[in-house]
Amino acid sequence: MKKPFPIVPTIIALIAASYFIVPLIATFYFSLKMTRGTLSFAAYASVFQSKEFLATLGYSTLASLAAIVMGAVIIVPTAYWVRLKLPRLRPLVEFISLLPLIVPGVVLVFGYIRLFGSNSWLPMTNSDQGTNLLLVFGYVIMSMPYMFRAVDNGMAAIDIATLTEAAESLGASRLRTISLVIFPNVRAAIIAGSFLTFSISLGEFVLPSLLNRPAFGPYLVQLGQDRAYEPAALAIMSFAFTWGCMVLMQAFATKKPGQRWLPRLSRKI
Amino acid sequence: MSASLSFPGLANKGRNMTMNLSAPRTDVQADSPPPLSDRIAALGWDWLGIVPFLTFALLFLIGPMLYLIMGAFQNAEGGFTLDNIVALGGANIVASFSLSIRLSLLSALMGAVAGLVLGQAVVLGGLPAWVRHGFMTFSGVASNFAGVPLAFAFIATLGRLGLVTVLLRELFGFNLYAAGFNLFSFTGLAVVYLYFQLPLMLLIITPALDGLKSEWREAAEILGATRRQYWLMVGLPVLAPSILGCFLLLFANAFGTLATVYALMGSGFDVVPVVLFQQIRGNVLYNPNLGYALAVGMIAIMAVTNILYLLLRRRAERWQK
Repeated sequence: MKKPFPIVPTIIALIAASYFIVPLIATFYFSLKMTRGTLSFAAYASVFQSKEFLATLGYSTLASLAAIVMGAVIIVPTAYWVRLKLPRLRPLVEFISLLPLIVPGVVLVFGYIRLFGSNSWLPMTNSDQGTNLLLVFGYVIMSMPYMFRAVDNGMAAIDIATLTEAAESLGASRLRTISLVIFPNVRAAIIAGSFLTFSISLGEFVLPSLLNRPAFGPYLVQLGQDRAYEPAALAIMSFAFTWGCMVLMQAFATKKPGQRWLPRLSRKI
Repeated sequence: MSASLSFPGLANKGRNMTMNLSAPRTDVQADSPPPLSDRIAALGWDWLGIVPFLTFALLFLIGPMLYLIMGAFQNAEGGFTLDNIVALGGANIVASFSLSIRLSLLSALMGAVAGLVLGQAVVLGGLPAWVRHGFMTFSGVASNFAGVPLAFAFIATLGRLGLVTVLLRELFGFNLYAAGFNLFSFTGLAVVYLYFQLPLMLLIITPALDGLKSEWREAAEILGATRRQYWLMVGLPVLAPSILGCFLLLFANAFGTLATVYALMGSGFDVVPVVLFQQIRGNVLYNPNLGYALAVGMIAIMAVTNILYLLLRRRAERWQK
């Protein structure tokens, strides 16, 4: 029996697809209209020529990368240790790692300003370095739920106990086991979490804005108030960037340890 | 902030299984020998392994939260008071919370209904597999495409000079803004939120839709049920906890959103996060302790929503064994 053509689902899918795609097309088209009368990439050129754009983007990239490294250094050994030695503490660690989901960024940074402000016991906001560090810590916290889950899922895919025993019976120290055995095996998972962290923190607005850091998010908001076409160009670039992060994240998240990226070229067909 | 992509519900199953495979071995080692001193010593060492994590979380997550929570119950001199909590009942603040809650409810409702309809069409509607794959990939991106750029995209689309607004006027003679629509309004915001709420709903409701067993539908059909009867009496009741749970997650997602609102409306639209943002920036409330109370109010709403979500998820998983 031949199934009838699914008319209603098709219509629904088409409506949804147009809701998703029309804003992108409109924004792209809008971003090309900077020069009167013709379509051009002038808005994009204008964005890239702006010193402030490059400076803020550079700053946010550095902060995000620092957050990724710091997050991995804190979370990977913890996830490993909890799985291996402290399964009973797992609910606690898991709960803490999910806690940031209920703390909005504005609340978190409010706490930072009060707890680490100029008159506090640990005045981190008194120096630029201290404030930068605070920003990075904030990003580590905000991405912790995602990073922890990515790493933990990665660890679930390999047999940690056996790998650790094997490494130890070959005489490896604890540090060596983590850095040379466990870490490489969950590398793909870490990278998957990293891309998510990156896409969260790169254009983040609230934390740097309230910590007075020259980051990309506040620059975007300022640009939105001052210009018409450049924001559209940036929206398109940012969508493409998010897309790239997500594609790479999924590629890494589904990759098995040791699996090749591309099929062998020399394979005979 | 967008909270999305990977959720407890999606990841849990595999994790618990493997945990049970690897966990017993260490448990046996830790539990079987009676000498208490050894066990304490062993525990002492093992504890150290998560000290860096706990210290970091204590300093930069739990500490700041506790500070705000304690501050909410203190007056300027540091004495205990409930004044700040009472002050949350002031007209301005109640208006903010009410605005935030109404906006979050509306956008969560729109997202949940649209996501459910779309999910049903894409997952169960008999469309080719690439359609589903395409929507899922796109949703992964769109649910993370929040914040300032999203606001820009909608200004370029539905703003007064936006492409769709202009096209509707020039091609069809339909003036969107004269007809009552305004991007920079409550409904306008809800339409913008839908751009990340709908994909999020699609992502998190799909596992539940996949969990609807075809046997149930077949059984219902054999017993003479119509399509409508199947959905009303089997499909929706089974899905109800999942749908409600997802709705709560969407609500929390909308409630915490600041950057999108701020980029669209500036500081003129007083949802709770924006009020708190303004208060931190310029002390417009002239009372930091009231700020703490605002923050605690936000945390409380987020916490209740997420706890209810977790409870509902547990209930929803009954059917997915």
